[in-house]
Amino acid sequence: MSILPALLPRMLSATLALGLVTPAVAVEIGQIKVLKGQVTVERNARMLPGSVGMRLETSDILRTGTDGSVGVTMSDDSLLSAGPNSILALERYEFDAVTSQGRFDATLKKGSLAVISGRIAKQAPDAMTVRTPAAILGVRGTEFAVTASD
Amino acid sequence: MIRAWHAFVRWRLIVALAVLAGACSTGTVVLLPEKDGHDTALLVKQGDQELLLNRPYAAAKQTPFGPQGYRSSPEEVDTVFGAALAAQPMRPTQFTFYFIEGRDEFTDASKQIVDGVFAEIARRPVPDVLVIGHTDAVGTDQINDALSRQRAETVRVALIAHGIAPENITAIGRGKRDPVVPTADGVAEPRNRRVEIVVR
Repeated sequence: MSILPALLPRMLSATLALGLVTPAVAVEIGQIKVLKGQVTVERNARMLPGSVGMRLETSDILRTGTDGSVGVTMSDDSLLSAGPNSILALERYEFDAVTSQGRFDATLKKGSLAVISGRIAKQAPDAMTVRTPAAILGVRGTEFAVTASD
Repeated sequence: MIRAWHAFVRWRLIVALAVLAGACSTGTVVLLPEKDGHDTALLVKQGDQELLLNRPYAAAKQTPFGPQGYRSSPEEVDTVFGAALAAQPMRPTQFTFYFIEGRDEFTDASKQIVDGVFAEIARRPVPDVLVIGHTDAVGTDQINDALSRQRAETVRVALIAHGIAPENITAIGRGKRDPVVPTADGVAEPRNRRVEIVVR
């Protein structure tokens, strides 16, 4: 069974539908997959309520309340999750999916953060850094956790 | 003149306080064990001091005197990072489809994998799917980039036809950049003609 002839009409309609949907306003870099308690996302000086499924953009700052936690999957398969009373800034994110080259700098201003690094860190050591007020972590892969207080 | 001197002293004081505040920032970092036992490492930099963590539970506290290494434990990780780890998203799951040489049709064995993909999608509250096409090393980059992209498109369209929302699927072609089995250029290798589906 070749799937192509059967799918061709659907392929055409799906392609047409996509043509209409394509113009993306901002580059999505990741998505909130897990969320508990109070979570806000600061974007362009606006505070947005966080929600499961929300797409994230470069420069977003995630904040969790005393009862809050949030888990994010980035487009390079990095997983970042912050515990309560945390501030996590996604300061710089560039990822070319075709070449796997990229750059990811995040800052944990306070709180706790667990990380599983993804394709960016795998392609080049130190292409991913996590900063805290006290230190800079050069990620060579892959799983670690960090706290920060100022 | 005196006013300028005062301004200078005050400025020095502010800088000194800022440096002190920076030095007083604290934190802990722990390298966690890898699920699959791969090598792992993290370079901790504090000012001009560096400490390399490269074993499970290798850890560093940031002190005013620089990073101080110590050995953490599962208990400490659970206490300090339990909430953050509990919020960790499900790990991406990867499936691989194989293609008939130079074409964008699936092999028979690959069709059975579709069920697995959909089962994985069903497990996740907000699934998104990345479809990555690959080729073997026969042909130019230009041809392989186009072919790998076309393979990924075929799979993307098939998944949309099966009910996955188009905005949750991204298809890319990586050409011959990422072979499973490294070969010399121009070598036909069926195991490299594939599409990976990452459900995350």
